[in-house]
Amino acid sequence: MVKSGTIILNTAARFLMPLQLLFSVFLLLRGHDEPGGGFIAGLVAAGAFTLYLFAFGVSATKEVLRMVDPRDLIGIGLLLGMISVVPAWFMGQPFLTAQWWTIPVIDFKASTPLIFDIGVYLAVLGSVTGMVMTLMEVDKDEP
Amino acid sequence: MQLAVLMGFLLAASSPLLHRWFAHHTSLVLALFPAGLAAWLAIQAPEVIENGSILLEWEWVPSLGISLSFMLDGLSLLFGLLITVIGAFVLIYAGGYLKGHPDLVRFHIALMAFMVSMLGLVLADGLLTLFIFWELTSITSYLLIGFNHADIEARKSARQGLFVTVAGGLALMAGLVLLGVASGSWSLAEIRSMEADLREHALYTPMLICLLLGAFTKSAQFPFHFWLPNAMAAPTPVSAYLHSATMVKAGIYLMARLQPELGGTALWIGILSVVGAITMLTGAFLAIHHTNIKKLLAYSTIMALGTLTMLLGIGTEGAMIAFVTFLLAHSLYKGALFMVAGILDHETGTKDVTQMGGLRSLMPVTAVIAMVAALSLAGVPPLFGFVGKELMFESVLGAGSFRALLVLFGFIAAFLTIAVAAIIALRPFFGKRHHTPKEPHEAPVSMLIGPGMLAALSLFIGILPALVGEGLLTSAASAVVGEPITVSLSLWHGINLPLIMSIVSLGLGFLLFKRWDTVRGKLSMLAPVMRYGPEAGYESFMNGIVHVSEWQTRLLQNGYMRNYILVMLVTLIVLIGNSILLRHSPQLAFELDVRFHELVVVGTMAMGALFATISRSRLGAVVSVGIMGFSIALIFILFSAPDLGITQLLVETLTVILLVLVLFRLPRFSNLSTSLERIRDGAVAATMGILICLLIMTSWSIQQFEPISTYMIENSAPLAHGRNIVNVILVDYRALDTLGEMFVLALAAIGVIAMLKLRHGENNDGKTVESSKVTAKEPYDG
Repeated sequence: MVKSGTIILNTAARFLMPLQLLFSVFLLLRGHDEPGGGFIAGLVAAGAFTLYLFAFGVSATKEVLRMVDPRDLIGIGLLLGMISVVPAWFMGQPFLTAQWWTIPVIDFKASTPLIFDIGVYLAVLGSVTGMVMTLMEVDKDEP
Repeated sequence: MQLAVLMGFLLAASSPLLHRWFAHHTSLVLALFPAGLAAWLAIQAPEVIENGSILLEWEWVPSLGISLSFMLDGLSLLFGLLITVIGAFVLIYAGGYLKGHPDLVRFHIALMAFMVSMLGLVLADGLLTLFIFWELTSITSYLLIGFNHADIEARKSARQGLFVTVAGGLALMAGLVLLGVASGSWSLAEIRSMEADLREHALYTPMLICLLLGAFTKSAQFPFHFWLPNAMAAPTPVSAYLHSATMVKAGIYLMARLQPELGGTALWIGILSVVGAITMLTGAFLAIHHTNIKKLLAYSTIMALGTLTMLLGIGTEGAMIAFVTFLLAHSLYKGALFMVAGILDHETGTKDVTQMGGLRSLMPVTAVIAMVAALSLAGVPPLFGFVGKELMFESVLGAGSFRALLVLFGFIAAFLTIAVAAIIALRPFFGKRHHTPKEPHEAPVSMLIGPGMLAALSLFIGILPALVGEGLLTSAASAVVGEPITVSLSLWHGINLPLIMSIVSLGLGFLLFKRWDTVRGKLSMLAPVMRYGPEAGYESFMNGIVHVSEWQTRLLQNGYMRNYILVMLVTLIVLIGNSILLRHSPQLAFELDVRFHELVVVGTMAMGALFATISRSRLGAVVSVGIMGFSIALIFILFSAPDLGITQLLVETLTVILLVLVLFRLPRFSNLSTSLERIRDGAVAATMGILICLLIMTSWSIQQFEPISTYMIENSAPLAHGRNIVNVILVDYRALDTLGEMFVLALAAIGVIAMLKLRHGENNDGKTVESSKVTAKEPYDG
């Protein structure tokens, strides 16, 4: 029964969503040193999609998401979480030992905790967006 | 060896593929595997006999001291050969017996998996490895008993077998852990070479009782024997293999394996010889009640298992020699007899021996095989069973304790067994032809090879017992005794007491066979008494469990959210209250240094909470809860925990959004609880609040350990390359917890989505309901 929003909400959502998503990526990447991290960033991103959902409805949001079903994001997130476990095995270290590499040109610190955090981000994003979207779909079809 | 076992599991998994290539020859192809293993074991045999044992070490979980080490000594060799040789014959036999069965693939997978599990069990050196294989045999046995899963009896029997053996498995695990703790080693070979005597250890009695519970349930000893006859619901090849020749002997194997370390005490002798003797008598006595040929054999197997346990209990050197001899003899003739029973069932369509007769001319080969095997069962010279029975009588006569009881029981069981042997060998093949559901004719060659070879072996080594006596059985008996001994078997012992007992029991047994029909009629009057057996106890115990769980589900999980919360809070109150009030002295530590703005935030929070409980509209309650949440976020920020603050804010926002979405769908806001219930809920809530407050104050004043946060703060930057400790904890220090939480979150989300969609009717196209129906199949067996 949530109808598409007013002009103000629509306009705001159109501009806010990219900003929010950008901000969520920013939160995700800086999370290791400053406040932030995968969980918070995932929630912010989910908030962005929820706002868009409220403004434009389910089908429009699905178009924005293109091919990606939020449920797939959950799976990809879990997969990334599991993948981050593997490198430590090859180094002969215990399960989940963090590995760090520096990518030379841009001087970026890549690590398995970062991969893990991206996994958390995607799992949170997929879970929340998936739930909200399903709720709204049910709402739409059953007045 | 380890490789062989692992390969076996691979082979089991790939047998669907083999089915595609070899179609109905798959059984033969699969039989090559145990045959090859048997050959390999035979090649190893001289070295084992020479040196005592071969140890092959493989590390598995070195940090826990768990290894996949295998040990091949005389006892494992004997069992290994039985498993592989009979396994090969059973596979060939099953190829004929289950020819064209739609679920043959499933049968092969389970049977192969069982075979390698059993092999792993008898070869394992590590205590925990042994336990794992032990449980694997229970599970594969469950799958095989319940093979005809469309049949409710088969399902029930499979479940019963699983429950009894797995309950024993739990006891076994406790026993093995106690053994490991008491000896300080998890390797059987190491335990064996130790100086210290485990019999003197304080844990000896509980350890022994736990281990024996495991062994007795698995090997169907009284009073756990009832699952074995019911397991006859399995297809006959399974009965021949698991429930007579191999799996039920796992418990026997365990006792024999531990006999050098734990045996010989008064407790051991008392339990084993008495339980064994009672089992032996019970099995033999119950056997003659039945006319179903498989049940007859099952009860006679129980009798044999009891005999083996009793011999282990007697514990003299002679008894050990009798033990290994009887073990080998029994596996050979019982395997053959079960397969004969399967042939009879397959060809005539009935399992009732009183319905068969005069089949001798129609099935001459089967008749000969049955007769040879049954003569061995009866213990008639020159068959190997005779050697086994003679030695059994000799051991019983030489027993140190309970001699009179054991001799009496042994004698009665022997002549009852002879009657059983006569019933199986003579009843179906001689006398008048009966009309049977199927027109009988001789079985195909594939079904005759297995029993034929086993019966021939019984005859062959009966005539020349020294062939196995000096190598294989010497080595096996030495492993059971714990030091090298010599075994010399011979058919003819001269005229002595055992021989006289044999002859008298033969006569009595034959007499009983002649009068079997009248005796059975008289015995059927006992039926009302028999109903109060251990099986009735099992039934009422299982029903009791179901009733208790129904009752507690109705009480604790009745589907109302308010009830769940009440249960959770009351549990917490009891647990926290108990530990804080009784184990610690509660402290009231009031920090008086409170700023004004902090008071304001807390006051807002309290107002929100109060309003949420008294609000008369749902929206009002939602908003009040939201106020509480945001106030909490503010507190986090005031106490410099920005991460927590942000998280709290975001979660609150999303909660409000979700609530808005479902708000329209909820029923009208109304007051359902009576004022009495409200007072109760209020009291629970207040108690909870006070307790938590007390807990925080107490934990603040008691600092038992150095807080772990110091370490985390110090090492977060140098070790984990991060300055945000909250995040470092989440993705590095406690990453495993986070991983688990991710899965929980994902599960919850999938659950919510699925419930919404299901209710919505999106996946409810009726297709799933159709396919879940069990299609009725022609019952093959059981």
